[in-house]
Amino acid sequence: MSEQGVLGVVLAHGAMAAGMVDAVRRIAGDAADGLVAISNDGASPSELKRRLESAVGGQTCVVFVDLPSGSCGATALASAMDVPERCVLCGVNLPVLLDFVFNRGLPLQELLPRLVEKGRGSIQAMASG
Amino acid sequence: MTVVLYRVDERLIHGQVVIGWGYQLRPERYVVVDDVLARSDWEQDLYRLGAGDADVVFTTVEDARGSIARWRDESERSIVLTRDIGTMLALARGGTLSGENVNLGGLHHEPGRTEVLTYLHLSPDERGELEALVGEGVNVYARDLPDAHKVPVETLLS
Repeated sequence: MSEQGVLGVVLAHGAMAAGMVDAVRRIAGDAADGLVAISNDGASPSELKRRLESAVGGQTCVVFVDLPSGSCGATALASAMDVPERCVLCGVNLPVLLDFVFNRGLPLQELLPRLVEKGRGSIQAMASG
Repeated sequence: MTVVLYRVDERLIHGQVVIGWGYQLRPERYVVVDDVLARSDWEQDLYRLGAGDADVVFTTVEDARGSIARWRDESERSIVLTRDIGTMLALARGGTLSGENVNLGGLHHEPGRTEVLTYLHLSPDERGELEALVGEGVNVYARDLPDAHKVPVETLLS
């Protein structure tokens, strides 16, 4: 883990990752520096793996994916096999990323359940009609 | 009929297939024809994650050639996937897929390939395999999603 904390990689379809990281930056400012966006756009499975490995290097990281499956999810899961300093969290949303950038100094075993709880808790029916 | 789609897509079971095509074709089973994956339990597990409630079968080319007639006759709706044209060609050899439609849905940039469509890149060898697939009586076309423009093989090879 770097001095700043765990690295966050948002790996998602189309322009979603860049859009989410941009939204974090607009809300949280430079705290968004802890996030990297990767798109699967135009990428073969091997190219997507290369993009991910290039972004992560050997850093401790959480890979945030949109769907639990598909090219993004499969690439992230395969990359995390037998790599204890790499976790994968699916169903990424903005509240999760905001919580992450302000708490990425926590150890992974503390950070991950916190993020899952944050993500689930942020989906609410606020006006049910 | 109940092979509802034959598709070449190097990502195999993924969003476009399960959501884009899946919502329209309602497959009950995905058949992945791949000699390597047929022997790799952990990779199979990864792909199964994406298939929702549908059954997923991983099979070698040889076994698939022996099963294809049964899949066609069964009431269960199947999508048959390969991750490259060569595997689909091996499946089609000897007229096994004669008269069938094969969809090219995703072959992306790699060294040695040139872009034909944004989602379809072909090497010279793959162009040869495509011609051989047509020679086996298969109707080949490119279309990444059901509502996208259908591009006939003649255009792809021109």
